[in-house]
Amino acid sequence: MGRRVGLEVSLACAEAVKLCNADVIAAYPITPQTHIVEHLSELVADGHLDAEFVPVESEHSAMSACVGSAAAGARTFTSTSSQGLALMHEILFIASSLRLPIVMAVANRSLSAPISIWNDHSDIMAERDIGWIQTFAENGQEVLDLTIHAFKVAEDSRVNLPVAVNLDGFILTHVIEPMEMPEQVEVDAYLPAYKPSQWLNPAKPISLGMVGMPEVYTEAKKANLEALEGSYPVIKEHWQGFAKAFGRSYQPIETYRSDDADTLFVTMGSLGETCMSAVDQMREDGRSVGQVRIRLWRPFPVDDFLAAIKGAKNLIVIDRALSPGVPAGPVATELRALLYAKGVKPFVANYVAGLGGRDVTRTDFAAMLEETERAAASGQAITCQMVGVKE
Amino acid sequence: MADEGMTPWKDLALGCAMPEPGSSRRFNTGDWRSRRRPITDREKCIKCGLCWIICPDMAYTPDPKAEGYYNWDGYYCKGCGICVEECPKQAISWQEEKEEDKYGPACGA
Repeated sequence: MGRRVGLEVSLACAEAVKLCNADVIAAYPITPQTHIVEHLSELVADGHLDAEFVPVESEHSAMSACVGSAAAGARTFTSTSSQGLALMHEILFIASSLRLPIVMAVANRSLSAPISIWNDHSDIMAERDIGWIQTFAENGQEVLDLTIHAFKVAEDSRVNLPVAVNLDGFILTHVIEPMEMPEQVEVDAYLPAYKPSQWLNPAKPISLGMVGMPEVYTEAKKANLEALEGSYPVIKEHWQGFAKAFGRSYQPIETYRSDDADTLFVTMGSLGETCMSAVDQMREDGRSVGQVRIRLWRPFPVDDFLAAIKGAKNLIVIDRALSPGVPAGPVATELRALLYAKGVKPFVANYVAGLGGRDVTRTDFAAMLEETERAAASGQAITCQMVGVKE
Repeated sequence: MADEGMTPWKDLALGCAMPEPGSSRRFNTGDWRSRRRPITDREKCIKCGLCWIICPDMAYTPDPKAEGYYNWDGYYCKGCGICVEECPKQAISWQEEKEEDKYGPACGA
Protein backbone atom coordinates (compact mmCIF):
# COMPACT_ATOMS: atom_id res chain seq x y z
CA MET A 1 0.00 0.00 0.00
CA GLY A 2 1.00 3.60 -0.52
CA ARG A 3 2.35 6.05 2.02
CA ARG A 4 0.20 8.59 3.83
CA VAL A 5 1.62 12.03 3.05
CA GLY A 6 0.72 15.68 3.49
CA LEU A 7 1.38 17.45 0.22
CA GLU A 8 0.36 20.48 -1.78
CA VAL A 9 -2.02 19.23 -4.45
CA SER A 10 0.05 20.72 -7.32
CA LEU A 11 3.09 18.80 -6.08
CA ALA A 12 1.01 15.65 -5.78
CA CYS A 13 -0.03 16.08 -9.42
CA ALA A 14 3.64 16.41 -10.42
CA GLU A 15 4.56 13.38 -8.29
CA ALA A 16 1.84 11.40 -10.07
CA VAL A 17 3.40 12.30 -13.43
CA LYS A 18 6.76 11.15 -12.06
CA LEU A 19 5.24 7.87 -10.87
CA CYS A 20 3.85 7.46 -14.40
CA ASN A 21 7.37 7.90 -15.84
CA ALA A 22 6.44 10.56 -18.36
CA ASP A 23 8.99 10.88 -21.19
CA VAL A 24 8.31 14.46 -22.23
CA ILE A 25 6.84 17.46 -20.43
CA ALA A 26 6.37 20.65 -22.46
CA ALA A 27 4.82 23.46 -20.49
CA TYR A 28 4.66 27.19 -19.92
CA PRO A 29 4.06 28.48 -16.38
CA ILE A 30 0.80 30.24 -15.55
CA THR A 31 -0.93 30.86 -12.25
CA PRO A 32 -2.36 28.73 -10.66
CA GLN A 33 -0.77 25.84 -12.55
CA THR A 34 2.79 27.01 -11.87
CA HIS A 35 3.68 24.70 -8.99
CA ILE A 36 2.82 21.63 -11.04
CA VAL A 37 5.32 22.33 -13.82
CA GLU A 38 7.83 23.98 -11.48
CA HIS A 39 8.00 20.79 -9.44
CA LEU A 40 8.25 18.63 -12.57
CA SER A 41 11.08 20.83 -13.79
CA GLU A 42 12.88 20.24 -10.47
CA LEU A 43 12.27 16.50 -10.61
CA VAL A 44 13.81 16.37 -14.09
CA ALA A 45 16.72 18.72 -13.25
CA ASP A 46 17.54 16.78 -10.08
CA GLY A 47 17.54 13.46 -11.92
CA HIS A 48 14.48 12.02 -10.16
CA LEU A 49 12.53 11.78 -13.41
CA ASP A 50 14.22 10.67 -16.63
CA ALA A 51 12.31 12.95 -19.00
CA GLU A 52 12.78 15.83 -21.41
CA PHE A 53 11.42 19.04 -19.92
CA VAL A 54 10.78 21.47 -22.79
CA PRO A 55 10.52 25.06 -21.48
CA VAL A 56 8.55 26.53 -24.37
CA GLU A 57 7.77 30.19 -25.07
CA SER A 58 3.97 29.94 -24.95
CA GLU A 59 1.11 27.54 -24.37
CA HIS A 60 0.52 27.38 -28.11
CA SER A 61 4.06 26.02 -28.38
CA ALA A 62 3.55 23.78 -25.34
CA MET A 63 0.65 21.95 -26.94
CA SER A 64 2.43 21.91 -30.31
CA ALA A 65 5.50 20.33 -28.71
CA CYS A 66 3.22 17.81 -26.98
CA VAL A 67 1.65 16.90 -30.32
CA GLY A 68 5.11 16.27 -31.77
CA SER A 69 6.25 14.36 -28.73
CA ALA A 70 3.18 12.12 -28.59
CA ALA A 71 3.39 11.55 -32.35
CA ALA A 72 6.95 10.34 -31.79
CA GLY A 73 5.59 7.77 -29.33
CA ALA A 74 6.61 9.42 -26.06
CA ARG A 75 4.51 9.47 -22.89
CA THR A 76 3.63 13.16 -22.81
CA PHE A 77 2.33 15.53 -20.15
CA THR A 78 1.52 19.21 -19.93
CA SER A 79 -0.45 21.48 -17.69
CA THR A 80 -2.00 24.92 -18.07
CA SER A 81 -4.78 27.23 -16.97
CA SER A 82 -7.12 29.99 -18.16
CA GLN A 83 -5.51 32.20 -20.85
CA GLY A 84 -2.93 29.48 -21.38
CA LEU A 85 -5.61 26.93 -22.25
CA ALA A 86 -7.23 29.53 -24.51
CA LEU A 87 -3.91 30.06 -26.28
CA MET A 88 -3.66 26.29 -26.86
CA HIS A 89 -7.13 26.25 -28.40
CA GLU A 90 -6.42 25.37 -32.05
CA ILE A 91 -3.82 22.71 -31.19
CA LEU A 92 -6.15 20.98 -28.72
CA PHE A 93 -8.36 19.87 -31.64
CA ILE A 94 -5.33 18.61 -33.53
CA ALA A 95 -4.18 16.52 -30.56
CA SER A 96 -7.48 14.66 -30.36
CA SER A 97 -8.02 14.42 -34.11
CA LEU A 98 -4.58 12.86 -34.60
CA ARG A 99 -5.45 10.50 -31.71
CA LEU A 100 -2.48 11.46 -29.56
CA PRO A 101 -2.64 10.32 -25.92
CA ILE A 102 -1.42 13.51 -24.23
CA VAL A 103 -2.31 14.01 -20.56
CA MET A 104 -2.96 17.56 -19.37
CA ALA A 105 -3.79 18.89 -15.93
CA VAL A 106 -5.96 22.00 -16.21
CA ALA A 107 -5.83 24.21 -13.10
CA ASN A 108 -9.24 25.79 -13.71
CA ARG A 109 -9.23 29.57 -13.64
CA SER A 110 -11.44 32.35 -14.94
CA LEU A 111 -10.78 34.19 -18.21
CA SER A 112 -9.99 37.90 -18.54
CA ALA A 113 -11.30 40.64 -18.47
CA PRO A 114 -11.09 41.78 -15.76
CA ILE A 115 -7.87 39.91 -15.15
CA SER A 116 -8.52 37.23 -12.57
CA ILE A 117 -6.16 34.50 -11.46
CA TRP A 118 -8.87 32.83 -9.37
CA ASN A 119 -11.00 29.81 -9.88
CA ASP A 120 -13.98 29.09 -12.03
CA HIS A 121 -14.64 26.83 -15.02
CA SER A 122 -14.67 29.43 -17.82
CA ASP A 123 -11.44 28.09 -19.28
CA ILE A 124 -12.47 24.45 -19.76
CA MET A 125 -16.09 25.26 -20.62
CA ALA A 126 -14.79 27.20 -23.61
CA GLU A 127 -12.98 24.00 -24.65
CA ARG A 128 -15.89 21.57 -24.34
CA ASP A 129 -15.75 20.53 -27.99
CA ILE A 130 -12.03 19.76 -28.34
CA GLY A 131 -12.65 16.01 -28.50
CA TRP A 132 -10.62 15.24 -25.37
CA ILE A 133 -11.66 12.99 -22.52
CA GLN A 134 -12.30 15.34 -19.58
CA THR A 135 -12.50 14.47 -15.90
CA PHE A 136 -13.01 16.66 -12.82
CA ALA A 137 -11.31 16.19 -9.45
CA GLU A 138 -12.84 17.19 -6.17
CA ASN A 139 -9.81 16.95 -3.85
CA GLY A 140 -6.07 16.28 -3.83
CA GLN A 141 -6.30 12.51 -3.73
CA GLU A 142 -8.55 12.59 -6.76
CA VAL A 143 -6.08 14.77 -8.65
CA LEU A 144 -3.34 12.25 -7.98
CA ASP A 145 -5.51 9.26 -8.86
CA LEU A 146 -7.13 10.80 -11.95
CA THR A 147 -3.70 11.76 -13.33
CA ILE A 148 -2.50 8.15 -13.15
CA HIS A 149 -5.82 6.93 -14.56
CA ALA A 150 -5.56 9.50 -17.38
CA PHE A 151 -2.36 7.95 -18.77
CA LYS A 152 -3.85 4.47 -18.51
CA VAL A 153 -6.95 5.48 -20.50
CA ALA A 154 -5.24 7.77 -23.01
CA GLU A 155 -2.67 5.19 -24.06
CA ASP A 156 -5.06 2.24 -24.25
CA SER A 157 -4.96 1.03 -27.87
CA ARG A 158 -8.79 1.04 -27.86
CA VAL A 159 -8.75 4.77 -27.01
CA ASN A 160 -5.69 6.74 -28.22
CA LEU A 161 -7.10 10.08 -27.11
CA PRO A 162 -5.82 12.95 -25.00
CA VAL A 163 -7.18 13.38 -21.47
CA ALA A 164 -7.66 16.62 -19.51
CA VAL A 165 -7.78 16.30 -15.73
CA ASN A 166 -9.48 19.36 -14.25
CA LEU A 167 -8.59 20.64 -10.81
CA ASP A 168 -9.84 23.91 -9.36
CA GLY A 169 -7.21 26.63 -9.24
CA PHE A 170 -6.04 27.60 -5.74
CA ILE A 171 -8.93 25.77 -4.04
CA LEU A 172 -7.08 22.57 -4.95
CA THR A 173 -3.76 23.54 -6.53
CA HIS A 174 -2.44 25.54 -3.58
CA VAL A 175 -3.86 23.55 -0.69
CA ILE A 176 -1.90 21.03 1.35
CA GLU A 177 -3.97 17.90 1.83
CA PRO A 178 -3.44 14.48 3.38
CA MET A 179 -3.36 11.82 0.71
CA GLU A 180 -2.13 8.36 -0.04
CA MET A 181 0.87 8.32 -2.38
CA PRO A 182 1.12 5.01 -4.26
CA GLU A 183 4.42 3.13 -4.42
CA GLN A 184 6.34 3.07 -7.70
CA VAL A 185 5.92 -0.71 -8.07
CA GLU A 186 2.15 -0.35 -7.73
CA VAL A 187 1.98 2.31 -10.45
CA ASP A 188 4.34 0.31 -12.69
CA ALA A 189 2.04 -2.71 -12.37
CA TYR A 190 -1.05 -0.61 -13.19
CA LEU A 191 0.58 1.43 -15.95
CA PRO A 192 3.19 -0.52 -17.94
CA ALA A 193 5.52 1.16 -20.43
CA TYR A 194 3.69 2.91 -23.26
CA LYS A 195 3.35 0.91 -26.47
CA PRO A 196 2.08 3.35 -29.11
CA SER A 197 -0.33 2.06 -31.74
CA GLN A 198 1.56 4.07 -34.37
CA TRP A 199 4.30 6.67 -34.26
CA LEU A 200 6.60 8.70 -36.48
CA ASN A 201 9.09 5.96 -37.15
CA PRO A 202 11.73 6.47 -39.89
CA ALA A 203 11.82 2.69 -40.45
CA LYS A 204 8.09 2.63 -41.20
CA PRO A 205 7.14 6.11 -42.39
CA ILE A 206 3.65 7.50 -41.94
CA SER A 207 2.27 11.02 -42.38
CA LEU A 208 0.14 12.75 -39.75
CA GLY A 209 -1.90 15.92 -39.99
CA MET A 210 -2.46 16.16 -43.71
CA VAL A 211 -5.15 17.90 -45.72
CA GLY A 212 -8.56 16.23 -45.56
CA MET A 213 -10.50 16.94 -48.73
CA PRO A 214 -14.33 17.12 -48.57
CA GLU A 215 -14.34 13.43 -49.58
CA VAL A 216 -12.72 12.40 -46.28
CA TYR A 217 -13.23 15.13 -43.64
CA THR A 218 -16.68 13.96 -42.58
CA GLU A 219 -15.45 10.37 -42.25
CA ALA A 220 -12.44 11.55 -40.23
CA LYS A 221 -14.74 13.43 -37.84
CA LYS A 222 -17.07 10.43 -37.58
CA ALA A 223 -14.07 8.30 -36.58
CA ASN A 224 -13.12 10.88 -33.90
CA LEU A 225 -16.67 10.96 -32.56
CA GLU A 226 -16.85 7.19 -32.34
CA ALA A 227 -13.44 7.08 -30.67
CA LEU A 228 -14.55 9.46 -27.92
CA GLU A 229 -17.87 7.67 -27.39
CA GLY A 230 -16.05 4.35 -27.50
CA SER A 231 -13.65 5.41 -24.76
CA TYR A 232 -16.45 5.29 -22.17
CA PRO A 233 -16.30 1.55 -21.30
CA VAL A 234 -12.49 1.70 -21.23
CA ILE A 235 -12.56 4.66 -18.83
CA LYS A 236 -14.85 2.67 -16.53
CA GLU A 237 -12.78 -0.49 -16.91
CA HIS A 238 -9.61 1.34 -15.86
CA TRP A 239 -11.36 2.89 -12.85
CA GLN A 240 -12.31 -0.64 -11.84
CA GLY A 241 -8.69 -1.71 -12.31
CA PHE A 242 -7.62 1.32 -10.29
CA ALA A 243 -9.90 0.28 -7.43
CA LYS A 244 -8.34 -3.18 -7.43
CA ALA A 245 -4.79 -1.83 -7.57
CA PHE A 246 -5.08 1.11 -5.17
CA GLY A 247 -8.30 0.57 -3.22
CA ARG A 248 -10.04 3.78 -4.27
CA SER A 249 -12.99 3.57 -6.60
CA TYR A 250 -14.34 6.13 -9.04
CA GLN A 251 -17.49 6.40 -11.15
CA PRO A 252 -18.41 8.61 -14.13
CA ILE A 253 -21.27 10.05 -12.04
CA GLU A 254 -21.10 9.90 -8.27
CA THR A 255 -23.86 10.48 -5.78
CA TYR A 256 -24.09 11.53 -2.15
CA ARG A 257 -27.16 10.89 0.00
CA SER A 258 -29.20 10.97 -3.21
CA ASP A 259 -31.45 7.99 -2.47
CA ASP A 260 -35.08 9.10 -2.23
CA ALA A 261 -34.02 12.76 -2.27
CA ASP A 262 -36.63 15.11 -3.75
CA THR A 263 -33.99 17.66 -4.71
CA LEU A 264 -30.49 16.98 -6.04
CA PHE A 265 -27.61 19.41 -6.38
CA VAL A 266 -25.52 18.77 -9.50
CA THR A 267 -21.89 19.90 -9.10
CA MET A 268 -18.49 19.54 -10.74
CA GLY A 269 -15.07 19.88 -9.16
CA SER A 270 -14.19 21.05 -5.66
CA LEU A 271 -17.57 22.72 -5.13
CA GLY A 272 -18.82 19.18 -4.54
CA GLU A 273 -17.11 18.95 -1.16
CA THR A 274 -18.74 22.12 0.16
CA CYS A 275 -22.00 20.83 -1.23
CA MET A 276 -21.62 17.51 0.63
CA SER A 277 -21.19 19.40 3.86
CA ALA A 278 -24.22 21.54 3.04
CA VAL A 279 -26.27 18.43 2.20
CA ASP A 280 -25.35 16.93 5.60
CA GLN A 281 -26.61 20.07 7.33
CA MET A 282 -29.82 20.17 5.28
CA ARG A 283 -30.45 16.46 5.93
CA GLU A 284 -30.06 17.15 9.65
CA ASP A 285 -32.66 19.88 9.22
CA GLY A 286 -34.97 17.27 7.73
CA ARG A 287 -34.75 18.33 4.10
CA SER A 288 -35.04 15.73 1.35
CA VAL A 289 -31.85 16.64 -0.49
CA GLY A 290 -28.83 14.91 -2.02
CA GLN A 291 -26.06 15.45 -4.48
CA VAL A 292 -24.91 14.27 -7.91
CA ARG A 293 -21.31 14.92 -8.99
CA ILE A 294 -20.16 14.86 -12.58
CA ARG A 295 -16.71 13.31 -12.59
CA LEU A 296 -16.59 12.37 -16.29
CA TRP A 297 -17.57 15.38 -18.39
CA ARG A 298 -16.43 14.06 -21.80
CA PRO A 299 -17.64 11.68 -23.06
CA PHE A 300 -20.76 12.61 -21.08
CA PRO A 301 -22.08 9.54 -19.23
CA VAL A 302 -25.74 9.91 -20.22
CA ASP A 303 -27.09 6.66 -18.76
CA ASP A 304 -25.19 7.04 -15.49
CA PHE A 305 -26.58 10.54 -15.10
CA LEU A 306 -30.15 9.44 -15.79
CA ALA A 307 -29.79 6.58 -13.29
CA ALA A 308 -28.38 8.97 -10.66
CA ILE A 309 -31.26 11.45 -10.90
CA LYS A 310 -34.02 8.86 -11.26
CA GLY A 311 -37.02 9.83 -9.15
CA ALA A 312 -35.76 13.31 -8.23
CA LYS A 313 -38.36 16.08 -8.48
CA ASN A 314 -35.93 18.99 -8.63
CA LEU A 315 -32.39 19.41 -9.90
CA ILE A 316 -30.23 22.35 -8.87
CA VAL A 317 -27.53 22.54 -11.52
CA ILE A 318 -24.62 24.74 -10.52
CA ASP A 319 -22.53 26.20 -13.30
CA ARG A 320 -19.17 27.73 -12.59
CA ALA A 321 -19.04 29.50 -15.95
CA LEU A 322 -21.29 31.59 -18.14
CA SER A 323 -22.49 30.95 -21.66
CA PRO A 324 -23.41 34.52 -22.59
CA GLY A 325 -26.45 34.87 -24.80
CA VAL A 326 -27.82 31.45 -23.88
CA PRO A 327 -30.47 31.30 -21.14
CA ALA A 328 -28.48 28.87 -18.96
CA GLY A 329 -24.91 28.01 -17.98
CA PRO A 330 -23.07 25.43 -20.11
CA VAL A 331 -23.73 22.45 -17.81
CA ALA A 332 -27.43 23.23 -17.37
CA THR A 333 -27.86 23.82 -21.11
CA GLU A 334 -26.49 20.36 -21.85
CA LEU A 335 -28.38 18.60 -19.08
CA ARG A 336 -31.69 20.19 -20.07
CA ALA A 337 -31.17 19.13 -23.69
CA LEU A 338 -30.33 15.62 -22.55
CA LEU A 339 -33.35 15.37 -20.23
CA TYR A 340 -35.67 16.69 -22.93
CA ALA A 341 -34.38 14.12 -25.41
CA LYS A 342 -34.94 11.34 -22.87
CA GLY A 343 -38.38 12.57 -21.85
CA VAL A 344 -37.34 13.00 -18.20
CA LYS A 345 -38.78 16.18 -16.73
CA PRO A 346 -37.62 17.20 -13.27
CA PHE A 347 -37.74 20.90 -12.38
CA VAL A 348 -34.27 22.16 -13.34
CA ALA A 349 -33.02 25.24 -11.51
CA ASN A 350 -29.76 26.66 -12.77
CA TYR A 351 -27.39 28.81 -10.74
CA VAL A 352 -24.07 30.33 -11.73
CA ALA A 353 -21.84 30.43 -8.68
CA GLY A 354 -18.21 30.84 -7.73
CA LEU A 355 -17.09 33.01 -10.64
CA GLY A 356 -13.54 34.38 -10.52
CA GLY A 357 -12.78 32.96 -7.08
CA ARG A 358 -16.00 34.01 -5.31
CA ASP A 359 -16.57 31.65 -2.39
CA VAL A 360 -19.67 29.47 -2.39
CA THR A 361 -20.73 28.65 1.15
CA ARG A 362 -23.08 26.20 2.84
CA THR A 363 -25.46 29.11 3.38
CA ASP A 364 -25.55 29.69 -0.39
CA PHE A 365 -26.59 26.07 -0.97
CA ALA A 366 -29.34 26.38 1.64
CA ALA A 367 -30.62 29.55 -0.03
CA MET A 368 -30.62 27.81 -3.44
CA LEU A 369 -32.70 24.97 -2.00
CA GLU A 370 -35.23 27.35 -0.44
CA GLU A 371 -35.64 29.34 -3.62
CA THR A 372 -35.82 26.25 -5.84
CA GLU A 373 -38.52 24.60 -3.74
CA ARG A 374 -40.58 27.80 -3.83
CA ALA A 375 -40.06 28.19 -7.59
CA ALA A 376 -40.90 24.55 -8.29
CA ALA A 377 -44.15 24.92 -6.39
CA SER A 378 -45.12 28.09 -8.23
CA GLY A 379 -43.75 27.03 -11.62
CA GLN A 380 -41.42 29.99 -11.81
CA ALA A 381 -38.20 29.41 -13.81
CA ILE A 382 -34.73 29.77 -12.31
CA THR A 383 -32.01 29.87 -14.88
CA CYS A 384 -28.54 31.31 -15.15
CA GLN A 385 -29.19 32.97 -11.80
CA MET A 386 -25.98 34.46 -10.43
CA VAL A 387 -25.40 33.62 -6.79
CA GLY A 388 -24.42 36.49 -4.52
CA VAL A 389 -24.36 39.18 -7.19
CA LYS A 390 -24.34 42.62 -5.56
CA GLU A 391 -27.23 44.63 -6.96
CA MET B 1 -21.45 13.84 -53.98
CA ALA B 2 -20.67 10.58 -55.76
CA ASP B 3 -19.06 8.25 -53.28
CA GLU B 4 -16.70 6.68 -55.78
CA GLY B 5 -13.22 6.45 -54.28
CA MET B 6 -14.42 7.48 -50.82
CA THR B 7 -13.19 5.59 -47.76
CA PRO B 8 -15.65 4.34 -45.13
CA TRP B 9 -14.84 5.94 -41.76
CA LYS B 10 -14.02 2.59 -40.18
CA ASP B 11 -11.32 1.99 -42.80
CA LEU B 12 -9.43 5.22 -42.13
CA ALA B 13 -6.05 4.82 -40.41
CA LEU B 14 -5.77 5.96 -36.79
CA GLY B 15 -5.98 9.75 -36.64
CA CYS B 16 -6.55 9.83 -40.42
CA ALA B 17 -2.84 9.09 -40.86
CA MET B 18 -1.35 8.23 -44.24
CA PRO B 19 0.16 4.86 -43.40
CA GLU B 20 2.64 4.72 -46.30
CA PRO B 21 5.43 7.01 -47.48
CA GLY B 22 5.58 8.90 -50.77
CA SER B 23 1.84 8.98 -51.43
CA SER B 24 2.09 12.47 -52.94
CA ARG B 25 3.65 10.84 -56.02
CA ARG B 26 0.13 9.73 -56.90
CA PHE B 27 -1.24 13.28 -57.03
CA ASN B 28 -1.23 14.61 -60.54
CA THR B 29 -1.20 18.29 -59.58
CA GLY B 30 -0.47 19.07 -63.24
CA ASP B 31 -4.18 18.80 -63.95
CA TRP B 32 -4.67 22.07 -62.05
CA ARG B 33 -3.15 23.94 -65.02
CA SER B 34 -5.58 25.99 -67.03
CA ARG B 35 -5.11 26.12 -70.80
CA ARG B 36 -1.40 26.98 -70.85
CA ARG B 37 2.00 25.60 -69.97
CA PRO B 38 5.46 27.22 -69.59
CA ILE B 39 7.90 26.45 -72.42
CA THR B 40 11.65 27.14 -72.26
CA ASP B 41 13.48 28.41 -75.34
CA ARG B 42 16.94 26.89 -74.95
CA GLU B 43 18.35 29.36 -77.46
CA LYS B 44 17.70 32.14 -74.95
CA CYS B 45 18.43 30.06 -71.80
CA ILE B 46 21.71 30.98 -70.00
CA LYS B 47 21.59 27.94 -67.66
CA CYS B 48 21.23 30.09 -64.53
CA GLY B 49 18.94 27.50 -62.92
CA LEU B 50 16.59 30.09 -61.46
CA CYS B 51 13.51 28.20 -62.73
CA TRP B 52 14.75 25.09 -60.95
CA ILE B 53 15.38 27.01 -57.71
CA ILE B 54 12.17 29.02 -57.52
CA CYS B 55 9.61 26.51 -58.80
CA PRO B 56 7.37 25.92 -55.74
CA ASP B 57 6.47 22.43 -56.92
CA MET B 58 9.88 21.18 -58.10
CA ALA B 59 8.51 20.81 -61.62
CA TYR B 60 11.96 21.58 -63.09
CA THR B 61 14.75 19.00 -62.81
CA PRO B 62 18.28 18.99 -64.29
CA ASP B 63 18.34 17.52 -67.81
CA PRO B 64 20.61 14.46 -67.59
CA LYS B 65 21.25 14.66 -71.35
CA ALA B 66 22.11 18.36 -71.64
CA GLU B 67 24.11 19.75 -68.74
CA GLY B 68 22.91 23.09 -67.35
CA TYR B 69 19.45 22.86 -68.86
CA TYR B 70 16.30 21.87 -67.02
CA ASN B 71 13.39 19.65 -67.95
CA TRP B 72 9.82 20.61 -67.19
CA ASP B 73 7.46 18.07 -65.59
CA GLY B 74 3.87 18.53 -66.67
CA TYR B 75 2.68 15.95 -64.13
CA TYR B 76 3.41 18.36 -61.27
CA CYS B 77 3.48 21.87 -62.86
CA LYS B 78 0.35 23.72 -61.67
CA GLY B 79 0.92 26.55 -64.13
CA CYS B 80 1.55 29.24 -61.53
CA GLY B 81 3.89 31.08 -63.92
CA ILE B 82 6.53 32.13 -61.39
CA CYS B 83 9.22 30.75 -63.75
CA VAL B 84 7.80 32.78 -66.64
CA GLU B 85 7.80 35.89 -64.50
CA GLU B 86 11.28 35.44 -63.01
CA CYS B 87 13.38 34.12 -65.92
CA PRO B 88 16.04 36.88 -66.36
CA LYS B 89 16.22 36.31 -70.14
CA GLN B 90 12.49 35.88 -70.81
CA ALA B 91 13.38 32.42 -72.09
CA ILE B 92 10.22 30.89 -70.62
CA SER B 93 6.91 31.76 -72.19
CA TRP B 94 3.36 30.50 -72.17
CA GLN B 95 2.11 28.10 -74.77
CA GLU B 96 -1.54 27.32 -75.32
CA GLU B 97 -2.44 23.87 -74.11
CA LYS B 98 -5.55 21.83 -74.88
CA GLU B 99 -7.24 20.03 -71.98
CA GLU B 100 -6.52 16.65 -73.62
CA ASP B 101 -2.81 17.50 -73.93
CA LYS B 102 -2.35 18.10 -70.21
CA TYR B 103 -1.30 14.56 -69.65
CA GLY B 104 1.03 14.52 -72.66
CA PRO B 105 4.82 14.14 -72.63
CA ALA B 106 6.19 15.13 -69.24
CA CYS B 107 9.15 16.94 -70.77
CA GLY B 108 8.07 19.97 -72.71
CA ALA B 109 11.46 21.68 -72.94
